[in-house]
Amino acid sequence: MLEVIRSIPIDYYVYYAAVLFIIGVFGVLTRRNAIIVLMCIELMLNAVNLLLAAFSTYLADAQGQIMVFFIMVVAAAEAAVGLGILVMIYRNTKSTDISLLDKLRN
Amino acid sequence: MNQLLPLIPFLPFLGFVINGLFGKNMSKTAVGLIGSGTLLASFLLTVACFNQVSTSGPIQSVLYNFLTVGNLQINFGFLVDHLSVWMMLIVTGVGFLIHVYSIGYMHDDAGFWKFFAYLNLFIFSMLLLVMGDNFVMLFFGWEGVGLCSYLLIGFWYTNRDYGVAARKAFIMNRIGDLGLLLGIFLIFKTYGSLDYAEVFARLGNGDTATITTICILLFIGAMGKSAQIPLYTWLPDAMAGPTPVSALIHAATMVTAGVYLVARCNGLYSLSPDALHLVAIIGTFTAIFAAIIGLRQNDIKKVLAYSTVSQLGLMFLALGMGAYSTAIFHVTTHAFFKALLFLAAGSVIHGMGGEQDIRNMGGLRKAMPITFWVFLIGTFAISGFPLLSGFFSKDEIFAYAYGHGGPIWWGLGLLTTVLTTVYMCRLLYVTFFGDFRGTDEQKHHLHESPKVMTIPLMILATLAVVGGFLNTPHFLHLGSAQWLAHWFSETGAAGSSVIPMAEMHLEESTEWALMLITTGLVLALIVALYFVYTKRDNLPVADSAQSSLARLIAHKFYVDEIYDFLFIKPTERLSKLFHYYVDIQGIDGLVNGVGRGVEGLGTQFRKLQNGNIEYYLIGMVAGVVLLFLTLFL
Repeated sequence: MLEVIRSIPIDYYVYYAAVLFIIGVFGVLTRRNAIIVLMCIELMLNAVNLLLAAFSTYLADAQGQIMVFFIMVVAAAEAAVGLGILVMIYRNTKSTDISLLDKLRN
Repeated sequence: MNQLLPLIPFLPFLGFVINGLFGKNMSKTAVGLIGSGTLLASFLLTVACFNQVSTSGPIQSVLYNFLTVGNLQINFGFLVDHLSVWMMLIVTGVGFLIHVYSIGYMHDDAGFWKFFAYLNLFIFSMLLLVMGDNFVMLFFGWEGVGLCSYLLIGFWYTNRDYGVAARKAFIMNRIGDLGLLLGIFLIFKTYGSLDYAEVFARLGNGDTATITTICILLFIGAMGKSAQIPLYTWLPDAMAGPTPVSALIHAATMVTAGVYLVARCNGLYSLSPDALHLVAIIGTFTAIFAAIIGLRQNDIKKVLAYSTVSQLGLMFLALGMGAYSTAIFHVTTHAFFKALLFLAAGSVIHGMGGEQDIRNMGGLRKAMPITFWVFLIGTFAISGFPLLSGFFSKDEIFAYAYGHGGPIWWGLGLLTTVLTTVYMCRLLYVTFFGDFRGTDEQKHHLHESPKVMTIPLMILATLAVVGGFLNTPHFLHLGSAQWLAHWFSETGAAGSSVIPMAEMHLEESTEWALMLITTGLVLALIVALYFVYTKRDNLPVADSAQSSLARLIAHKFYVDEIYDFLFIKPTERLSKLFHYYVDIQGIDGLVNGVGRGVEGLGTQFRKLQNGNIEYYLIGMVAGVVLLFLTLFL
């Protein structure tokens, strides 16, 4: 298993994670639908997770993988809270468009 | 005595502090007693000083080191030599009489306590001026008396004109002070010290051009303080103050500070014939000019004010002739008779209920006999009636004018005397003779002043009569010939004479002739003018009925208007220009511009905060990307 993973050069993981992360960033920046924005955030978190897992395996150090679990837990909690908020937003505005949320301006 | 010396100025200062702080809640009697009592104590101490100076020479006493900068060391010290102690006697003696007089004169004034506080502060400053042992102390007192003069001219400050007169006096004096200050700087640069004793001991260190510059600069200071052309116009306006102030500050003491300054620096002036020449010219010109203006004034105090300017001019004529002790002699006699005249005029004003225009007076001699007699003595003394004080001092000035300057100077002096006699006799006859011309109410109110006012008048009158015998001319052979001049010529702190004896190379017969001509002329005028001014036709007329020449003189040759046009208006215009372009447009523009710029910048930055989350996120990402680029590339 370890050999299989190691047979893929570490560079590829880095490129792959970077691409995933950038997709996530673009999604957050360009999309207005709150659900997609949340999904893109997950994407970014997972890009980081992937990178942590890859390096942890390559360096034979378990700390990175422990970090991954932590991030997963936090991401789950965040998704639950975020979706909860989203439901409330939808009830109030009948929309999931985040650009409508500008009440704090001025 | 050395230990008691500081008490002389500080006793009046104590009076100032007590009256100034607590006088408001004290009775008028207490205020008057403190004001005059402290001064009487100073006077007695001064007399003690006088005795010590005459027996054992100058007294020096350093209170403490005032300041030390580099090699300049200034002490708060006193030097009481023959000249100082003489001035101190005048200041405290005449000052005391005027304080006593003021108790009566100012009795109904609400600012009674304030008046005495200011008067005491004045005496303190004046004493510092004459007692100081260096030029900085002199300057200290010089500014102090200027301040008191300002405060007292504007004493009735609710009257706008009086406030303006006070400011005028202050500003005019300030111009002179600049000259004095520059002179002091130059003295320090040349001699490396400001102590009288040190400076006068090494006078030879300066070259003639520098000494002349110093002398002229000091004289500019004297011009301001002693009201000489062109800085004289403040003194007549200074009559806005209460009459005792006019008597004390603007006749007897403060205005003679300029004469004191020149006499104190006689060593310097003697090395610079050019400066002495300038002093004589300015003095003579002022004496004649002011006397001419005095001829056509109808305000009793204005006449005396111009008379003061004129007499100060005579003192400077004497100084210019190198007769320093004669000038101080005239300061002394002038202090007696001019203080007397002013106080008598104050008594008249008091009796007339505030009236100052002599056209509304007349015949006062019956209602105010004491005032009349002392005024008569004062008039005769200033005119040069034989054996009165002014006779001796003026005669000596003219003798020196003839001996040192020549017949022309003597002729100009004689002209001044003639003019003096004319305006003083006019004042005397119009005020005290003829019929009363005021209102019935004034006639009813007319009364002789209380004793607290008349007794100082009588003492001053006595002094005005006998004061001349301090320094009788040698050709009269009265025994004490030129006592004062001899006294001044004793050794001072610098190791030389305080004021060296002026030399006189005139034949006795010439001196007799000069004296007889002057005296004869004065006597003839006194008699002739009696007949002129007791006739109704010759009384001063209303302003509208004056001939054009008379109006020109009555309006003081429009000097005030000329100054107004030449200096005040352009200055005002310049200040308005500066106000608009520099202050409003420049400085305000700069400050407001900075404010507006920041505000504008803020408005622009505010646009970034549009509340749009994506916008912020883009900013954040762009920032992170930029950070990465800078860190890793």
